[in-house]
Amino acid sequence: MTDEVAQKPNPTPPIMAKTLFDKIWDAHVVSSIAGGQDVFYIDRHLIHEVTSPQAFDELEARGLPLFRRTQMVATADHNVPTRNQHLPIEDELSRSQVDKLTENCEKFDVELYGLGHQRQGIVHVIGPELGLTQPGMTIVCGDSHTSTHGAFGAIAFGIGTSQVAQVMASQCLLLSRPRRMRITIDGQLRPGVTAKDLILYIIAQLGTGGATGYFVEYAGAAVRGLSMEGRMTVCNMSIEMGARGGLIAPDQTTFAYLQGRPYAPQGERWQQALAYWQTLYSDADAEFDAEVRYDAADIQPMITYGTNPGMGIALSTPIPLAVAESEAVGFSKALQYMGFAPGESLLGKEISHVFIGSCTNSRIEDLRTVAAYVRGRQKAPHVEAIIVPGSKAVEQQARAEGLDKVLAEAGFELREPGCSACLAMNEDKIPAGAYCVSTSNRNFEGRQGPGARTLLASPLVAAITAVEGRLVDVAALLETTFVTESEGQLVDAAASF
Amino acid sequence: MEKFEVLRSSAVPLPVENVDTDQIIPARFLKATSREGFGENLFRDWRYQPDGQPKVDFVLNNPRYAGQILLAGKNFGCGSSREHAAWALYDAGFRVVISSYFADIFRGNALNNGLLPLQVSDEVLQRLFAEVEQEPHTGFIIDVAAQQLFVPVWEKNIPFDLDPYKKECLLHGYDDIDFLVNQKEAIEAYEQQRVWAF
Repeated sequence: MTDEVAQKPNPTPPIMAKTLFDKIWDAHVVSSIAGGQDVFYIDRHLIHEVTSPQAFDELEARGLPLFRRTQMVATADHNVPTRNQHLPIEDELSRSQVDKLTENCEKFDVELYGLGHQRQGIVHVIGPELGLTQPGMTIVCGDSHTSTHGAFGAIAFGIGTSQVAQVMASQCLLLSRPRRMRITIDGQLRPGVTAKDLILYIIAQLGTGGATGYFVEYAGAAVRGLSMEGRMTVCNMSIEMGARGGLIAPDQTTFAYLQGRPYAPQGERWQQALAYWQTLYSDADAEFDAEVRYDAADIQPMITYGTNPGMGIALSTPIPLAVAESEAVGFSKALQYMGFAPGESLLGKEISHVFIGSCTNSRIEDLRTVAAYVRGRQKAPHVEAIIVPGSKAVEQQARAEGLDKVLAEAGFELREPGCSACLAMNEDKIPAGAYCVSTSNRNFEGRQGPGARTLLASPLVAAITAVEGRLVDVAALLETTFVTESEGQLVDAAASF
Repeated sequence: MEKFEVLRSSAVPLPVENVDTDQIIPARFLKATSREGFGENLFRDWRYQPDGQPKVDFVLNNPRYAGQILLAGKNFGCGSSREHAAWALYDAGFRVVISSYFADIFRGNALNNGLLPLQVSDEVLQRLFAEVEQEPHTGFIIDVAAQQLFVPVWEKNIPFDLDPYKKECLLHGYDDIDFLVNQKEAIEAYEQQRVWAF
């Protein structure tokens, strides 16, 4: 390595060498204005009930039409109940917001996968399922976890409601180009270490603001080895280290997932698309503003102990004794909120709630992982364990595979799709003071309900915790029990829709 | 959007790092379909007990402090993209947030609503906290055109960065939407020449 660098004569990269991110960005610049902002074109605009009503109002107040209504798709997810979705929503404010979405979509003629639709679900779950999310696209939504769609090699990011209105009115945004960071994970993940552990590990290394100002490309053998579901989990949490988004170069895994989906190109157009998609990778000499490398073998099953997603540790290791001075106020405030002490081990902590769901981990692969572990087992009597599928399609698939019965026998309640207890806008709230191991993406104070204490983890760690009723050394447990049971669980559910 | 040229105000200190948008405005208060009224739930769970009584130790309930400037720890506004966070701060009377850095989406949302995210170095931020905690009535002058934060007790101007386009928007009260709608022809021309359209 050293020799190679030393001998390289004047390493001037080819002029055209570009990162994947820059290839897609450059293809979407309508024009550049003084001061460095670009008029940036958006291919796909996803909307939901919480961040769109004020944007529709603004459009109406200004007397503007939707510029490209066919590039918009809507769903109701944040507020919806996860029981009895066939009945009217009981909460008056939630109902009025969902009704407002329906009304706006009718008025402006926007395609809506609303409550009761057989393809309804969390916006970041149904986009990929429907084939709306494709490589090389630019995708926005008034939701920070829009970064999920980057798993397909798209530039996808969350926007505010003023920007939702801008895209409605012009299909464009005014943006300055973020810096680029590449995070490479070499090697292969250990058995039982999942995509969720991988991203929690990265965020713990970089911190909750460590990638602010950057757009991240995830690369390396461990990332290549992930299924589309796993890649979505990784890209989903990019925002939790401050990154504007994250993306992964598309490959055969991506193409196989997409082929045949309702919005995916068909026939000759599929071939054309494929030819283009195969050009979407970072050139060998492309330069990044920051590069980070980790070894997959160093990653263990993870958990968070604090009140931001950067406060993560391997489950088998104790909470740090201290952190850098610049983080000290937040660290002690977080531990006080969580009821933990510096240097304390989490092993043995009793857990009363387990939530499996959210745009991070509610896909069929996640439900299969949980079912594979809990088959023939029982949740601990004191634990309330709910599983909220990401979409009606995931729910139906789970039922078709008989997972609903496995889960029910183990004492887990399979609900109807929505964002649910990830942000507790509906009635799925964790009680004040209770500990919840959650497969979602944020452990902020009160995120799952006022006073709720959230510990973020993978679906597998969540399933094991529900059965044990307390936090256990998952890595040690897995060595003895899980490896043989989990065979075959990573089969892609994609083709079966 | 209202014009923002010069602000003279004291500041309210919130020396906590990584303040996320769930603290600024919890999700359960996002059910309104208009932009108004979010200020009363600003920092709801830090500011009030579950029964609605003010928490005396929270800075917004401390009569020592007042003003249109919020002084906050680094990485302010991380988390969700909810623009309601910017609306809530603005509705509660804030016009500037000073921090040593801001989460990207919050920064954009703030600027789109005439709320200035003013970034200073860690060192300056710590000195500002010390100054305000010692002398809560300390006044500051923020001049957008000059891109300067004037601290009278230090007799010093601290320059801050601001995107030239966003600066014009603040000074004139322009929204991006006005600009973008006027780009219609260029956008349509772009759509026509795309190599690969989905």
